Amino acid sequence: MQELTTTRHNLHIDPTMTVWGWEIPVYLFLGGLVAGMMIISGYFIFSQRYKKTNCVTYVLPIISIVLLSIGMFSLFLDLEHKLYVWRLYTTFRITSPMSWGAWILILVYPVIVANLLMDPPKFIANKFPQLQKVKDYIHQRPMLIKNIGVGNMLLGGMLGVYTGVLLSTMGSRPLWNSSMLWVLFLVSGLSTAAAFVHMIAANVEERELLAKADNGFLTIELFVLALLIIGLSTSSAVHISAAKLLVSGIFAPAFWVFVVGLGVVIPLIIQLNAVNHKIKHTPIAPILVIIGGLILRFIIVQAGQYSHYLNAHFK
Amino acid sequence: MARFGMVIDTKKCVGCMDCVVACKTENNVPEGYNRDWIVTVTNGKFPDTTLEIQSQRCNHCDNTPCVSCCPTGASHIHDVGNVVLVDHEMCIGCKACVAACPYDARFIHPDGYADKCTFCIHRVEKGELPACVSVCPTHCMYFGDLDDPNSEVSKLLASRKNHPLMPEAGTSPRIFYLI
Repeated sequence: MQELTTTRHNLHIDPTMTVWGWEIPVYLFLGGLVAGMMIISGYFIFSQRYKKTNCVTYVLPIISIVLLSIGMFSLFLDLEHKLYVWRLYTTFRITSPMSWGAWILILVYPVIVANLLMDPPKFIANKFPQLQKVKDYIHQRPMLIKNIGVGNMLLGGMLGVYTGVLLSTMGSRPLWNSSMLWVLFLVSGLSTAAAFVHMIAANVEERELLAKADNGFLTIELFVLALLIIGLSTSSAVHISAAKLLVSGIFAPAFWVFVVGLGVVIPLIIQLNAVNHKIKHTPIAPILVIIGGLILRFIIVQAGQYSHYLNAHFK
Repeated sequence: MARFGMVIDTKKCVGCMDCVVACKTENNVPEGYNRDWIVTVTNGKFPDTTLEIQSQRCNHCDNTPCVSCCPTGASHIHDVGNVVLVDHEMCIGCKACVAACPYDARFIHPDGYADKCTFCIHRVEKGELPACVSVCPTHCMYFGDLDDPNSEVSKLLASRKNHPLMPEAGTSPRIFYLI
């Protein structure tokens, strides 16, 4: 038997760490969702699908800007020394994923804006008629359009990957310390984005294409979730203990019901039937995928903070 | 360059918490927070039990996940004694270092920056001992240069059985407990 007693009672540290509240999961979710939308939009531009009528690629940039800004505001709310936020941009720390993320976010905005300028929304175009010249300039240059597509896919990929790397570099938290985490967050970002886009797409062909793509992403997500748990379960004692938090521990009910069940398996079954025309296209499945993606971020962030070298000996 | 560390004799420590009070007073640690604390470890099965009282704080590790994850460079390794410090004016309070520490030795000060033990570097630079070491009534705490083979800490580590905390976390902590 081993018993530990401590006199420490630091706020948000003891008895278990809760320094990151709702702000970080919301940011990670919105970051992943925007990353997925950038990749989808970039692909539609690169593959010339943007020429088709009602192409969803024209509505994605403005949605991306709004969602990413909400995410960044949420990140800002999480900072305890808010007035010093500018310090992020006076340096670049190569070993800090958060520093990488701060600079990636700065690069993401111009790339989304370039996408937006291909066909600015009416409420913006009416206020700034000179944007028509920019639009004409872009549309006269097919290579520039391809580069905008590639830029969106590239930066979207970096954004999606970084949200996972941010957590996985922390060796102190065994649950996060997995090389599968960035793959999980990238695939989850793609699945939630595909779900969101096929929910709002006006073009029926696109809607079907994205529903099929979403089924692919959800299937991959299931495998990645399995690999994450298998990877942790076959590692050291602290990692096994971390895996148990999700499989059979206090986070297990939320993980199995909201992430695996309602977030992946059930929408996958609904969407498989929808793309095979057995049932009508329904927004229920994509809504479940989006909520599942959000809950996944909450569970990973909270369970990760809970997982600890010491807890492994006592749980 | 010196590499400051600490050696704590668990055979002498009685867990009186003088070190805790001294730290709070010396460093104006706000109410409800601790830069150092006492952990009591009981091992074994009755009647064969052992008791170890540990005065714990930031381990000023050689491998510092808290420094490498800091996005602004606020968490840094000080020139004097390789002590791990936080520059309050550069810290944005992102809490990455708090999550990155396997010892949970950091916390967010009510003023918004990450805070922790500094080995009382302001005293050490004046040739004094850290406050916790200087007040210990049983003289169970020793502070010095781990790279100097003639320092008291090095001699104690060479002559007595000892262990750091959670070496499996891989951070090479610089506080050792004599057993």
